[in-house]
Amino acid sequence: MANMLANIFGSSPVQPLEKHIGIAFSCAKQLRGFFAAAVAGDWEKAASVRDEIERLEHEADDLKKEIRLRLPKSLFMPVPREDLLELVLVQDKIANRTKDVSGIVLGRKMQIPAEIADQFVDFVDRNIDAAKQARKSVRELDELFTAGFRGAEVELVTALIEELDLIETDTDEKQASLRAALFEIEDTLNPVDAVFMYKVIELTGEIADMAERVGRRLELLLSH
Amino acid sequence: MEAEIVYIILAALFGLFMAWGIGANDVANAMATSVGSKALTIKQAIVVAAVFEFLGAVLAGGAVTDTVRKGIVDANLLADTPELLVYGMLAALLAAGTWLFIASKNGWPVSTTHSIVGAIVGFAAVGIGVDAVKWSKVGTIVMSWVASPLTAGFIAYLIYQSVQRLILRQDDPLEKAKRYVPVYMFFAAFTITLVTILKGLSHVGLDLSLREAYAYAIVIALAIAVLGAVVIRRIKPDKKAEKHAHFYTVERVFGVLMVITACGMAFAHGSNDVANAIGPLAAVISVAQTGVITSKAGLPFWVLMLGGAGIVIGLATYGRHVIATVGKKITQLTPSRGFAAELAAATTIVIASGTGMPISTTHTLVGAVLGVGIARGIEAIDLRVVARIFVSWVVTIPAGAFLAIVFFYIFKTILP
Repeated sequence: MANMLANIFGSSPVQPLEKHIGIAFSCAKQLRGFFAAAVAGDWEKAASVRDEIERLEHEADDLKKEIRLRLPKSLFMPVPREDLLELVLVQDKIANRTKDVSGIVLGRKMQIPAEIADQFVDFVDRNIDAAKQARKSVRELDELFTAGFRGAEVELVTALIEELDLIETDTDEKQASLRAALFEIEDTLNPVDAVFMYKVIELTGEIADMAERVGRRLELLLSH
Repeated sequence: MEAEIVYIILAALFGLFMAWGIGANDVANAMATSVGSKALTIKQAIVVAAVFEFLGAVLAGGAVTDTVRKGIVDANLLADTPELLVYGMLAALLAAGTWLFIASKNGWPVSTTHSIVGAIVGFAAVGIGVDAVKWSKVGTIVMSWVASPLTAGFIAYLIYQSVQRLILRQDDPLEKAKRYVPVYMFFAAFTITLVTILKGLSHVGLDLSLREAYAYAIVIALAIAVLGAVVIRRIKPDKKAEKHAHFYTVERVFGVLMVITACGMAFAHGSNDVANAIGPLAAVISVAQTGVITSKAGLPFWVLMLGGAGIVIGLATYGRHVIATVGKKITQLTPSRGFAAELAAATTIVIASGTGMPISTTHTLVGAVLGVGIARGIEAIDLRVVARIFVSWVVTIPAGAFLAIVFFYIFKTILP
């Protein structure tokens, strides 16, 4: 029966995974516009960007659930399904952190101190770069499957992950100097605002951290 | 003698119906990968399949048809009552057709070959007597049912491993593909041609010496490989498409190879499955015409052609829909993977046809796909369906046998 041949193929998780990282990155990318509006004090604009962030984060969540549902234990794959499930989990955290950060800033209508505003926006950008590099790496999944997780494709992806590590280290350094700069001026700020500013820096930095974890998960897949 | 005409017409009708069913459902397996990966359009696929299924049936289908016709039932026991063989074969055809109908309604993965063999064994063992069945032959057939998916799986595994090592894992996969794919083309064409010449053509009256066979096979294979290389040379890389899928152009190169393996699959399928429809018909004809069962009776050529034609009609009318549907669902079988599975399956099937073994072409192809999967070539395989296929093995033979027995007794009562 023709259906026999068609039915032995389970639904492949590769395309959904690549789609998911795309959504997570689109979500993180919104922070550029969000913080531009926040720094300028345009809270209406910031609110509408935040709506978009929320929508994208929900889309990512739904796709994550669907991926989980479609990975039954009866599926035979070249890599363990736990590794793929972990991968989608950390990918999703990129979107989650984006939503958290923008939520706090919007909720308090936080004024980013002028002294560190430029530095902060630069820091946000670098985190978005990390998310973009994560997307670039995950998009190589179907090529990895084709090549059977060996050969030239593995070297390509390893190089991408190394670059991702460098970007994340860069964000760490930027985060440290940002905190130092904040420390210089924290006496001029309302104490509660100051504490929340540290928090916002920390949460934003976690976007690059999550991106780096995506790279780690991919590395694990490569090692099989 | 009028009764004989009735028998022959009935057998021809049932046989044609089976052949139509085979063309409608099974042929999709051979062509769906090519259509799904856009190596061929549906129209091209139908033409290719029609030509090669017919050629396979006619040029290489004789040995398996003989097995189904006279290899399972011991004709000597029926010398006094030849009409029992007629009733039995008619019953077997009807039983297999009915079982396939029931199974497809319920979506069960059953095999045409298992059904017809089970049905024949059924009516012979119960309707006539346990001694009427050539059990050693049946044993060999059942062993071939186990061996064919395993063999195809193993070959597919080896082929895909070689593809990964030689081409897909290299720094310059496109260059390597252009270099090596013509070699694969040569081997594909060579193997299928050689086995066909050595084993199949004797039924068409062509008898070649071993050296002649090899020579013809090499020449034909070289011609195909050279033609293929020329077509491949024309393929230009598509920079834009490659940004998203690095292997886009490589897969296009393999797509050309897929056309060849699809022809091979269609040929192989025709050679093995035509017997399911016309083996019983041929048995009925030889009894009806001579009134006597002779093992020596040759297989009338027009019977093979009738079977081939039935398959082509089934393919052209209903098969096109099945090809489109299946083609959409097997997108994981990109050309690089699909060709490995098809070449392995086609080779296995053609060898089986040459040795007169009626095997399940679908199960063989599934075995080949699993072989690629074990070489880590498939993203996701649903093992529950594989389990269901094993279950269907166990269920189909008793089911076909039971139905055949029922129909046998009905025919025995109502037919002259």
